Amino acid sequence: MVKEKKKSPDRPDNTAFTQQRLPAWQPILSAGIVIPGFVLIGLAFIGIGVGLFITSRDIQVLEMDYTGTEASSDCNKCAITNTKNCMCSLDFNISTLFKGPVFFYYGLTNYFQNHRRYGVSRDDSQLYGDLTNFKDPSTDCKPYRVDSNGKPIVPCGAVANSMFNDTFKLYQNVNGQRNLVPFDGKGIAWWTDYNVKFRNPSVEPLKNAFNDTVKPLFWTRAVYELDFSDPSNNGFLNQDFLVWMRRAALPNFRKLYRRITEGDYKEGLPAGNYTLEISYNYPVLRFDGRKKVVFSNVSWMGGKNDFLGIAYLVIGSLCVVMSMVMLIVYAKFKFPEDN
Amino acid sequence: MRDGRTMSWRSPLALVRDALHGQRARERELRSLVSNLPYEGLGKGKLPNRFFSSNTIKTTKYSLLTFIPINLFEQFHRLANIYFVGLAILNFIPVVNAFQPEVALIPICVILALTALKDAWEDFRRYQSDRKVNNTPCSIYSRREKQFLERRWKDVQVGDFVKVVCNEIVPADLLLLCSSDPNGVCHIETANLDGETNLKQRTVVSGLCTMDRGFEPESFNSIVVCEKPNDNLNHFKCFVEKPNKEKLGAGIESLLLRGCTVRNTDHAVGFVVYAGHETKSMLNNSGSRSKRSKLERKLNIDVFFCVILLFAMCLVGSVGHYIWLESLTGSPPYLTPDSRSNSLASFHMFFTMIILLQILIPISLYLSIELVKIGQIFFIINDVDLYDEETDSRMQCRALNITEDLGQIDYIFSDKTGTLTENKMVFRRCSIMGTEFPHKENAIRLAVLDEPEAEEEIIFNHRLQSAQTGWSLEAEDVTSVDTSRHSRSKVVGMAQSDVAFSSPLETEVIPDQNLVRQISRAESSSRRGGSRRMDPYLDFFLALAICNTVVVSMATARRRRACVSSHSSQTNNPLEILSNLVKKASSFIQRKSTRIRTQSQDPVIDSVRMESTADTNGVSQSDRPAAAAAGSEDLYYEAESPDEAALVYAARAYGFVLLARTPNNVAVRLPSGQVLDFEVLDTLTFDSNRKRMSVLVRHPITKECVLYTKGADYAIMELLGTPYAEHLSENQKNIASDTQHHLDSYAKEGLRTLCIAKKVVSEDVYRSWLVNRKSALAAIDNKEELVMDTAVQMETNLTLLGATGIEDRLQESVPDTTVALREAGIHVWVLTGDKPETAVNIGYACRLLEEEDLLINMSCKNKVTCTSSLDCNLEEVRRYDEDLLNVDTMPSISLVIDGHTLTMALSPDLRDRFVDLAKRCRTVLCCRVTPLQKSEVVKLIREKLKVMTLAVGDGANDVNMIQAADVGVGISGQEGMQAVMASDFAISRFKHLKKLLLVHGHWCYTRLANMIIYFFYKNVAYVNLLFWYQFYCGFTGTAMIDYWLMIFFNLFFTSTPPIMFGIFDKDVSAEVLLGVPELYRTGQGKGEYNFLTFWISILDAFYQSLVCFFVPYWAYKDSDVDIFTFGTPMNTVSLFTILLHLSIEIKSWTVVHWIIMLGSVGLYFGVTLFYSAICVTCNPPSNPYWIFESQMGDPMFYLICTISTVVALLPRYTFHVLKNSISPSPLLQGRELDRMDPSTRDQWIREWRGFRGGGGGQVKRYQQSTPPSPTQETPVDFLPEFLNDDEIPDDDFSLNVTTHQSPVLT
Repeated sequence: MVKEKKKSPDRPDNTAFTQQRLPAWQPILSAGIVIPGFVLIGLAFIGIGVGLFITSRDIQVLEMDYTGTEASSDCNKCAITNTKNCMCSLDFNISTLFKGPVFFYYGLTNYFQNHRRYGVSRDDSQLYGDLTNFKDPSTDCKPYRVDSNGKPIVPCGAVANSMFNDTFKLYQNVNGQRNLVPFDGKGIAWWTDYNVKFRNPSVEPLKNAFNDTVKPLFWTRAVYELDFSDPSNNGFLNQDFLVWMRRAALPNFRKLYRRITEGDYKEGLPAGNYTLEISYNYPVLRFDGRKKVVFSNVSWMGGKNDFLGIAYLVIGSLCVVMSMVMLIVYAKFKFPEDN
Repeated sequence: MRDGRTMSWRSPLALVRDALHGQRARERELRSLVSNLPYEGLGKGKLPNRFFSSNTIKTTKYSLLTFIPINLFEQFHRLANIYFVGLAILNFIPVVNAFQPEVALIPICVILALTALKDAWEDFRRYQSDRKVNNTPCSIYSRREKQFLERRWKDVQVGDFVKVVCNEIVPADLLLLCSSDPNGVCHIETANLDGETNLKQRTVVSGLCTMDRGFEPESFNSIVVCEKPNDNLNHFKCFVEKPNKEKLGAGIESLLLRGCTVRNTDHAVGFVVYAGHETKSMLNNSGSRSKRSKLERKLNIDVFFCVILLFAMCLVGSVGHYIWLESLTGSPPYLTPDSRSNSLASFHMFFTMIILLQILIPISLYLSIELVKIGQIFFIINDVDLYDEETDSRMQCRALNITEDLGQIDYIFSDKTGTLTENKMVFRRCSIMGTEFPHKENAIRLAVLDEPEAEEEIIFNHRLQSAQTGWSLEAEDVTSVDTSRHSRSKVVGMAQSDVAFSSPLETEVIPDQNLVRQISRAESSSRRGGSRRMDPYLDFFLALAICNTVVVSMATARRRRACVSSHSSQTNNPLEILSNLVKKASSFIQRKSTRIRTQSQDPVIDSVRMESTADTNGVSQSDRPAAAAAGSEDLYYEAESPDEAALVYAARAYGFVLLARTPNNVAVRLPSGQVLDFEVLDTLTFDSNRKRMSVLVRHPITKECVLYTKGADYAIMELLGTPYAEHLSENQKNIASDTQHHLDSYAKEGLRTLCIAKKVVSEDVYRSWLVNRKSALAAIDNKEELVMDTAVQMETNLTLLGATGIEDRLQESVPDTTVALREAGIHVWVLTGDKPETAVNIGYACRLLEEEDLLINMSCKNKVTCTSSLDCNLEEVRRYDEDLLNVDTMPSISLVIDGHTLTMALSPDLRDRFVDLAKRCRTVLCCRVTPLQKSEVVKLIREKLKVMTLAVGDGANDVNMIQAADVGVGISGQEGMQAVMASDFAISRFKHLKKLLLVHGHWCYTRLANMIIYFFYKNVAYVNLLFWYQFYCGFTGTAMIDYWLMIFFNLFFTSTPPIMFGIFDKDVSAEVLLGVPELYRTGQGKGEYNFLTFWISILDAFYQSLVCFFVPYWAYKDSDVDIFTFGTPMNTVSLFTILLHLSIEIKSWTVVHWIIMLGSVGLYFGVTLFYSAICVTCNPPSNPYWIFESQMGDPMFYLICTISTVVALLPRYTFHVLKNSISPSPLLQGRELDRMDPSTRDQWIREWRGFRGGGGGQVKRYQQSTPPSPTQETPVDFLPEFLNDDEIPDDDFSLNVTTHQSPVLT
């Protein structure tokens, strides 16, 4: 009966939380407050932009098309005739030293490796070396799962089937002599692809694991004999295969083919004339694609890309300009109100 | 099924026959029930009442087995869920699938599972409470044991005999057969059912239980015939047919309802007529109300826009795919051989796109909104400011999904009595035989009571002295009673005030000196004159004391109620029963005092009483009987309507003390100390058609039948026969007109008026009437009408005794609240059943009307005048409106309209003009309106003006209105819980409306509106990333983000921040919102969530998604990037953009905000890193292994993320900054106020309010404007047509709402 002593059973708790009185930071975005922020961001961005721009400018890129659509091109013959193992060559000249290590890429345009059905058409378990998937590849691989006789295809699927199979040899022409520029084909694939995601079945010799399977329809050689020169570079662990299997994000892409890190060319490609000998196999003309080769050296930010540097510079300047505008706004609207 | 056990030995045919039989028995209009006792032990299949449901209740929706199918079925009632399941199924069709089919099921499964989990938890709680209820002990009579045995509630069957003891809850609907009370009465409290805390009497079915032998269930061989179960708590039709074919009628007055608590009665025995789900309380038990809020209706339109957008985007994808396919020459190696034609493939692509872009329709939005609303409701009901100390009740949210509607209210329709006013009635003045007694001292006392309590004591003492000197003429008797009572009330008034009708304010009346003199003169003369004729003054007070349904109870009874559970065992002990037996033998009054002594447990009350006794002894004990003195001090009156209690207390102040009331008897002590025992011949209960009630008693001395009637003035005036005592002077014959004059002046003062009349009925008339009455009571069909007809027959040729004026005091802070609501841009209307004068007065008192207002008074007798009046007023108002554009200080317009005129104004041809007029008025007072009209007005305004309406009321007559409005608010006050039951929100005081609307309404609305806008934005911004990518993958439906991460993104990384935003964000503090009510206007009308804000945010989403896609795109262009390496920075940028976008929108950062925002970012990195580290071949074909890790090791990743986020958010940020600086919104100014320290802020608000001319807050009474003239439209003038109209205004004279069904429910 005495209210002061009785605890009211239904009375809500009077805490900061239940009464929505938690201490809070209540920022109000207004011109006066954000000016320093804009200046700071602007200056920082300009700084980063300059750094990026300089870095990108120092990167050398040499890009050459060898599709062979033009009659003048040496590869024209291969492009038209579509003969097997057609050889053609591409001559070019480097005027200044191409600083090493030089990365050598092949590039394809109008090539949709990101096509949904294409991308799905693979069997990661098979590529992981799972022998059950050798006998019975995943249905994702359709229609490259089994051949017309019902034999399983290993590696199955459209991605593997469409593997790029042009090969390149680079010669430097020194006094009429052709010096072979040594290519380094090791470590061009992702470390995780080579060591974790892709596995050869633990069968010795490797060939036996592929009994009762057939090679992909487009392929001329089976996956276990992709590289005659290096037995360890065969099977699913073949570096070119690994690079191909990592699908490109955009229809115009390049993929790393080799690096030039050895011998006389360790410091880069000296100025001079070069000949690229191409074993032209991969048909691109029928889908209006183009093939190219790219020489590039890299920096901490990867390949040459001016966009990011320019973007930073533009946005940085914009922020500085904004801060000026804010200052005007602040002066015009803030001061009268205070009075 | 209950017959489950018998199944083994009964043929299927018999089972079917039995089932059909049972079906028929349940469907029948009348049920014949017999006692179960002769069949005891025969098994359930043989019981005669086996077809009726048992007392086991099951309110759960599901059982363990049926949970999954039923719950799924229920969830699929939601269109959104069907949509997403459809999409998931679509994904299983190989030609159109976009993801791995199984993964596409995850989001919908998670949503369904979460919802199911919520449902299961709720159901489990219901199960637990059911189990508790079903296992509550009760006692059932057993033939074998020859006594009542303890059983469980679930064992109770129809046809059983159940004994209930004091303070026990009734387990099923029982027909009361026997009570321990010598008068066959059982008191019950229906608080569990309808919240009414006053005691109600139930009487045994007469002729079945004799006091001397007690009740023997075994000898009960009658048949109980009752109607089919229904949900009407105030109505029950039944008769008991004895073996000799004698029929005994019984009604609701003999039914103990399940859930009620037995009070003041030691034990009672009842026959179970309805059990379990067929009981009235269970049939009344409907779950929480579900309404669709305005915001949600708008939201659905926007969802529809999203669907259009989705289709447009899918169409783009589909057409794009077709063009891409057409442009292809030859057969590229990346194109898998496909037998489909290009057009078919692109047609399929349309569906693939729908699957891919499905989250454009926010799947989790509905669930999130539900969660947000739960959070919002949590905060509303936990608000200490909305808690009422007096009734120990907090705010209740009965509708769970319209919280944000509270922030958009344009019109409030308020009841008057009990809503704006306390509904605690205080006797103010009376007029007897044409003489007015102003009760000035009493008025002074009431004025004093308004002052703070500290001053109270001094004034009490001061006044006591003056009172004593003033009454020197009167017998010491009255003075002493008064003195002792005051000293008690002083203490009690400070200590507690939580029991209705017990505060000194209501119970104390200081008698008017002149009237006291009149009474003493009348009494002595009547004593001398052999009391052949009662003096009208005495009659008047006798009528006040007798003509009501007030139950007399004692302080002890109240206390027992306050501590039900802890003391119930004590009252059960044998000692108690023994003492009760002893008490039975002793006399009535003595018994009462014994009980007080034996049962008093509360030291406070004891001391109080001792003090008071000491006082009484100190002054004078004189000639009063000691027992009666003790009795009168401890008497409490429990009335169903506060008016009645006020009148009884008033009568007591003049020495006419109602001592006891039983169905057949009323004991009244006269000022002389003489106790009169009136035999109650009949009670003609109140109904809203008659608007009056009567009690027919036999006077103990004169032995004549006297009918005392009280009711609304116009309901009595029309029934007046010849004036009182025709032999008296001509002057006396004008009593009626004098009284009417007084009534009008009372109404002008804002008092509630009642007329008191009497009639002496001759024995012959009574006898012949009694025959009709009995047949009416026994009738099963049309009983209501027949009973009412007999009442009307009796109430004729009344003699007017006088009239009373009762003040209904304004609730605390009502003027303040209405002013705040008005400033918030809310139109407040008052719809009341009172007279226009009363309503206008209250209007001024609550500052709904201001002195300088232009008051339009519409009271027309026929439609022609009504039409012309409408046109005329409209013309004038329009002119005012035009002027208003020029001058600020023009008065605002208010309209007063009475119910009769309103009926005409609501007719189809006039309603447009009425609405036009009403919308130009700041406030409208509708007087003398019926409940139906209330709801019609609400509906009209709601539909014609397309505004959000809120109706607030406390009584049964407000139920229609509450249900008609968008938001119904019930006030749990003095008039029971019917309004609360029908409402969406229940508050205990009108003033709570201010914080509920201005603060919680505003918060809930802005929070939810911003949350929903953000939700749409979020989904569009994210999904568009995928859409833009389609332009670079030949519109083939490729996703560059791992699908699991996409799911997680929506389900985990970005789901909690918006929910938190919707629950916790606080744009402006409560203090500022209350101080500056104008801020409420931001939510009204279209509010913050409108077409523009929605599309702006969608456009912003498009822009941001473009940035989030194209900045990484250009950064990675012409490189050897692979798909998922390309997608990772986009996903990350999206996350940062989406979260930082929210950070811009968040107005106040509490610790919760920080934890959830940082937690979301942390979760994203944690989960993505973990997922990328373990998933080697787990989710073909996307293979995220180590991609995120390698990206995190690349500086480019951070550079891209930084610039994309900045570029994406720069426009919105700049826009906010510029807008805040150049043209700050009112809300922003409010936030700036928040940043000031409290004292400066308060000062600022005060200055600002003063500047606007809000005024000092004192309540002004009308002076300048012309209030409606009482003489022009006295109700008598148009009474006949008024009553023929069948829509007799109903409201505040609801004297007896519960014993008869009030018509408002229909």
